[in-house]
Amino acid sequence: MAAELHVELVAADRSVWSGEATLVVARTTSGDIGVMPGHQPLLGVLESGPVTIRTSEGGTVVAAVHGGFLSFADNKLSLLAEIAELADEIDAQRAERALERAKSGEDDAAERRADVRLRAVAVR
Amino acid sequence: MGAQLRVYKRRIKSVTATKKITKAMEMIAASRIVKAQRQVTASTPYATELTRAVTAVATGSNTKHPLTTEVESPVRAAVLLITSDRGLAGGYSSNAIKAAERLTERLRSEGKEVDTYIVGRKGVAYYGFREREVAESWTGFTDSPTYADAKKVAGPLIESVQRETAEGGVDELHIVFTEFVSMLTQTPVQNRLLPLSLDASAAEEEDSAAKHEILPLFDFEPSAEDVLDALLPRYVESRIYNALLQAAASKHAATRRAMKSATDNAGDLIKSLSRLANAARQAEITQEISEIVGGASALADATAGSEK
Repeated sequence: MAAELHVELVAADRSVWSGEATLVVARTTSGDIGVMPGHQPLLGVLESGPVTIRTSEGGTVVAAVHGGFLSFADNKLSLLAEIAELADEIDAQRAERALERAKSGEDDAAERRADVRLRAVAVR
Repeated sequence: MGAQLRVYKRRIKSVTATKKITKAMEMIAASRIVKAQRQVTASTPYATELTRAVTAVATGSNTKHPLTTEVESPVRAAVLLITSDRGLAGGYSSNAIKAAERLTERLRSEGKEVDTYIVGRKGVAYYGFREREVAESWTGFTDSPTYADAKKVAGPLIESVQRETAEGGVDELHIVFTEFVSMLTQTPVQNRLLPLSLDASAAEEEDSAAKHEILPLFDFEPSAEDVLDALLPRYVESRIYNALLQAAASKHAATRRAMKSATDNAGDLIKSLSRLANAARQAEITQEISEIVGGASALADATAGSEK
């Protein structure tokens, strides 16, 4: 069996996902980073974007993360985000509508949020 | 029905109606406590992880950051006071306000200027009535605060901490809120959020992790300064969010207690009023009987006189 790392994906107001994984790919401010078991202790700033978690059962969990951090130590990876949603929870049509609305308006933050959501759904 | 009795009956009716209302408010507050408590618990993992990360960066690197270094002679401090929007919660808001007053007094005696920031209409009203200066205030979300609300509150505070002292920035950030200890106890507490005192966060860390662990040497992505830059505002937001949630839970608990005693008092009042009403009714009956008896005997006397 491949080595595993424990992942906690935590939003400000709830715990979104936790479990064992073999690989986690996330986007930090300086580029995409993949974390595998036994990585050196790491603390990074996350960009808004999809996070891909390859679970030890062979499945893939994708989540849209809007800003936050990742910290890895003792084979435990914590992903902290102000807002985090699993791709399964995202309503693609609603996100698309939100994107349309945000594009016509001035709200950059909303546009980015909707964009990230849609990207997460696309990865799934 | 006699006039006296009618007055009592009317009062009993109105007190009963009030009692129903306070009882309903008590039950609503009780159900909201549970919800608010659940929110506090749900926000805990984020707060713990964040505290861990902050402690790790602050101890693991020699980076000097305005948010962690203590200024040698602080001249200005910000106090964030969290009260509620609505009353009917006993001494809830005034206790928090009093705690803030004490803190302000202490800071002033240490020679610092104090900027006051307020959450909740009660606090705003208190300061407004006394015409004291308030740097900024927020209302409308104290019953069920969201993370976005906490962000809104934290924004100007973080900004003023980062500003130079000479340009009106603050050197310290304190927060006063009501801690939810249990259903029966809520105590106003005051915490210094910034500059970060590592002892305090380490102690908290110890509490949450049960035992002290040696923090590993972290690799920073992109750099320790950038991580700190991004991490500390989040830390402040999360602490404010937690304070808002606890304050909301405390407010509901205080409302429940206040409404419970109001209901109890209404019950007592109804009891004593119905005693009085019973006495009044009895007095009325007694009077009627004596009137009838008196009338009958007078009649009997009159007829007895005319027959002779």
